[in-house]
Amino acid sequence: MNTLSPKLRKGLLYAGVAAVVAYCLAPFYWMLVSSLRRTADIFSNSPFPTRLSLENYLAVLDPSESFTRALLNSVVVAGITTAVALALATFTAYAMARLEFRFKRLVLTLIIATSMFPVVSIVVPLLKMFVDFGWINSYQAMIVPSMSFTLPLAVWNLTAFFRQMPQELEHAAMVDGCTRGQAFRRIIVPLAAPGMFTTAIITFIAAWNEFLIALSMTNKPEMQTAPVAISKFSGASQFETPFGSQMAAGVLVTIPLVIMVLVFQRRIVAGLTAGAAK
Amino acid sequence: MKSRTTRALQGAGAAFAGLAALAACGPNGTAAVGGRPTFEGRGPITYVGGKDASGSVQAVIDRWNKRHPEEKVTFVQLPTDPDAQRQQMIQNAQTKSDAYTVLALDAVWTSEFAAHRWVDRLPEERFPLRQMLKPIVETGKYRGGLYALPMSSDGGMLYYRTDLLKKAGIARPPATWAEMKADCAKVKRLPQARGMSCYAGQFQKYEGLTVNFAEAVNSAGGEVTDAKGIPHVDTPQAKRGLDFLVNSFKDGTIPKDAVTYQEEDGRRDFQAGKLIFLRNWPYAYPLMAQKDGSSKVAGHFRAAPLPGLNGPGSSSLGGHNLALSASAENKATAIDFMKFFAGQDVQRFTLSRAPGAPTYDALYKDPKLVKQYPYLPTLKQSILHAVPRPRVFRYGDVTAAIQQQAYAALTGSTSSTQALKDLQQTLRQQSAGE
Amino acid sequence: MVTTQNPAAPPALSLPARHPQRRARATSGSGRLAALLVSPTLLVLAVVVLYPTIVALKDSLFGTPGLNPKTGFVNETDPFVGLQNYGAIFGAAGARFWNAFWNTTFLTGTTVALETVIGIAMALIMHRAFQGRALVRASILVPWAIPTAVSGLLWRWIFNSNGVANALTGQHILWTTEGFHAKLAVIIADVWKTAPFIGLLVLAGLQVIDKEVYEAARIDGAGALRQFWNITLPLVKPALLVAVLFRTLDALRMFDLPYILIGAQKTSVETLSMLAQDQAANVRFGPAAAYAVILFVYVFLIALAFVRLLGADVVGDDGPTPLRRRWRAHRRTKVAA
Repeated sequence: MNTLSPKLRKGLLYAGVAAVVAYCLAPFYWMLVSSLRRTADIFSNSPFPTRLSLENYLAVLDPSESFTRALLNSVVVAGITTAVALALATFTAYAMARLEFRFKRLVLTLIIATSMFPVVSIVVPLLKMFVDFGWINSYQAMIVPSMSFTLPLAVWNLTAFFRQMPQELEHAAMVDGCTRGQAFRRIIVPLAAPGMFTTAIITFIAAWNEFLIALSMTNKPEMQTAPVAISKFSGASQFETPFGSQMAAGVLVTIPLVIMVLVFQRRIVAGLTAGAAK
Repeated sequence: MKSRTTRALQGAGAAFAGLAALAACGPNGTAAVGGRPTFEGRGPITYVGGKDASGSVQAVIDRWNKRHPEEKVTFVQLPTDPDAQRQQMIQNAQTKSDAYTVLALDAVWTSEFAAHRWVDRLPEERFPLRQMLKPIVETGKYRGGLYALPMSSDGGMLYYRTDLLKKAGIARPPATWAEMKADCAKVKRLPQARGMSCYAGQFQKYEGLTVNFAEAVNSAGGEVTDAKGIPHVDTPQAKRGLDFLVNSFKDGTIPKDAVTYQEEDGRRDFQAGKLIFLRNWPYAYPLMAQKDGSSKVAGHFRAAPLPGLNGPGSSSLGGHNLALSASAENKATAIDFMKFFAGQDVQRFTLSRAPGAPTYDALYKDPKLVKQYPYLPTLKQSILHAVPRPRVFRYGDVTAAIQQQAYAALTGSTSSTQALKDLQQTLRQQSAGE
Repeated sequence: MVTTQNPAAPPALSLPARHPQRRARATSGSGRLAALLVSPTLLVLAVVVLYPTIVALKDSLFGTPGLNPKTGFVNETDPFVGLQNYGAIFGAAGARFWNAFWNTTFLTGTTVALETVIGIAMALIMHRAFQGRALVRASILVPWAIPTAVSGLLWRWIFNSNGVANALTGQHILWTTEGFHAKLAVIIADVWKTAPFIGLLVLAGLQVIDKEVYEAARIDGAGALRQFWNITLPLVKPALLVAVLFRTLDALRMFDLPYILIGAQKTSVETLSMLAQDQAANVRFGPAAAYAVILFVYVFLIALAFVRLLGADVVGDDGPTPLRRRWRAHRRTKVAA
């Protein structure tokens, strides 16, 4: 490493960055291009749309599809799922990382075990249960089952991150008169900010992508989430693939998420580090 | 004589319905009064199915709701994927929910839904079935009883290039497979046919393969299953049907790629001028006729009935039928709505907005519609010669077995003889298990 | 923490009961607090998962009702068949099960291995300081943020016989036909979609590493490779292991991608989840539940193996590694200063 000149190292770094970006975005680019073609041109393989058209976006955003409403529902469902999962998981992960108690391994294994049952197999019993609760067409009918796969992920992630935090700082704070909770909040949470933030993103996206439960628990268009709405796109007739609008919807689902992550990344990380400095 | 049979069937149906009513005491809109099913309860209901982008479904429902403010219909829209639709409907039946009232069933699901009693037997006399094409009405029946009211149909047709056939001196589209291959040979000698392939259908391992396999077998004089659901695929006729497909792949009549083709892939090739003949549904007609530059064959193609071994072949039937969920409420409203929704006026309206196959004979002769969709008279012939896909209550298993063996034969991993032998064995085991 | 624990004790097998010294250290209050903190999570999971799991277990003991030849209706009650649905995997119908089992295992192994390598590489690159880092970090989220159903369609289009994959490589591969290429298509699409997951978690793990550790290493004269191997990798290991564990579990349940990209009932890519789904779709809930239970047990065993073998880093009941001690020493001096 030391033998490489700084210039060359920088060049290598940017080449690496370019490779990563190209790898991640090339298929997405294809999605974008496909979404900008006319329906009649969907079979085209040209690298740019021969005739640029917003037809697909207009179709997706047509009020009859209630796609904007679906996006909003997705934000609500994924947002609440993330918030609740993160809150519960923070408590649990703290116990896992910092407290000594019996059956710790068992509890951790149990938590992960629950995330393993294929969704296809739990959807019918859950549906029966929620019909009894009168929860069909409600947000909680989508949020609660989403916990089955988001909570284990969040608990394990946060446990790993909390464990990486130096315990000595906490002890020092507690010596200074902080309670266990205060020490945790003021010392560990800010330090673990990247981990917390990443866990939040990952939880959010996992909930955002959920399809089968959201499909089964709702039958009103005003309650459906974005993936469910996309599954209902259709061509003008039975066999025609609505590929263009599916791709346009894919773009519309992805870009707000990325922007949101960008904004939050700055805000949250900045806020947390500021808090830590106090 | 016909009316007597009908009456006899109705009597049998009433007996069934009486039994069913005794067995199921749930909050069920069907009550048996004096042995005859009456469909009771009026009020809001739902219509459950996929939608088409032409928006006709909602438009038609709006029209109904305007006239029936007390019996409003809500459109519960399901995913476009048929498997997902079926899964949602079965889930609804399993939870005995009243969320779904009128179901748009794929024509091949009738037996399964009827046998599981997920849908009610319908009062035949309330619907104008005689004005519909007979093979289409059959798709809504299970063991002689009507369980689903035909709302739309679909039949396969042979699209062909009029310009190329004419240049090659061929007067009319081929009626047999041999003629089709001979025509291809002639057309391929033309300079403008360089690089073209002869024929394609749907050969990817999915429902479309079952359709194409059944068509080949039926068009060669064989049958996949008989009226009782007994399989007959290890016959010389069936072998000749499958061999047409297998040999066409071998000799290049069908391009190698076609083993991955669904409906849209074939349409793409045909409208890009890469195919001389294409088996496809009516939906492709207006798309390939589009003059905005997306189709190279606009104005240069037509549709003919499918060819067969010794004469015109027979098509498989597609389409959707309306059924009444057994666990639904307000069944009186539902019956009225079904009658309206599958009615001739609604079908005419729907057809005017998107291509398809109506169930009423009259619509195939409607001058305005024929002008809009020149394929209609051909399609009627195709449907009249059509053979339904196997009508068995475990259709999912049957179609999976067919796809498995047909795909193996087409890709050359087994011989057609062995494939049919294995298929017969599997199908027989399945029907024995029933 | 457990600094007094004997570091010579086998870390992976260190069950709490075997460490009286530690249990003595854990105050009774700590146990109660732990119960309080852990119970909400367990409660939620019990509601969402326990009940359906019990139902599935029960379902797996029942067969598929037959058809009454007289009425033409399917019998109302499912016959009790005991463990027959499980036994069936060793019988004639077992071939399909074992094919699905090996497909699942193969696809999991290959995709997770590739995702780990690519994910770590992504994280290392993004951890460097450069302009527009935030933007790049957000852009690697793109593959993962696209709903699987949509990305499945996208890849199906790309791998179409006339699609870009063939156009770019100049090949003419029929990707969706049976064969190794179908597996390859699934692997490519899956790795693309989920490598960012590992990349992101590893990056977060890198970010919490103290820079001073590297400085210390540099002073010691360690080269880039040694720094990576001796410092970065051990420190990032907990985050990496969790990422790999969850990827593994998720990959074992892979369903949408092969289903949409290649299609149902394709021998080359049929996974256990697809098999369970196929049985359920054909209203054979007993066998479907049995396959789901088998998959569950398989996944559970793998998770257990993970916890056993690597539990030290995740569960954390071993002593600190020398490296961590060194790092702590650094922190201590920093805090003191």
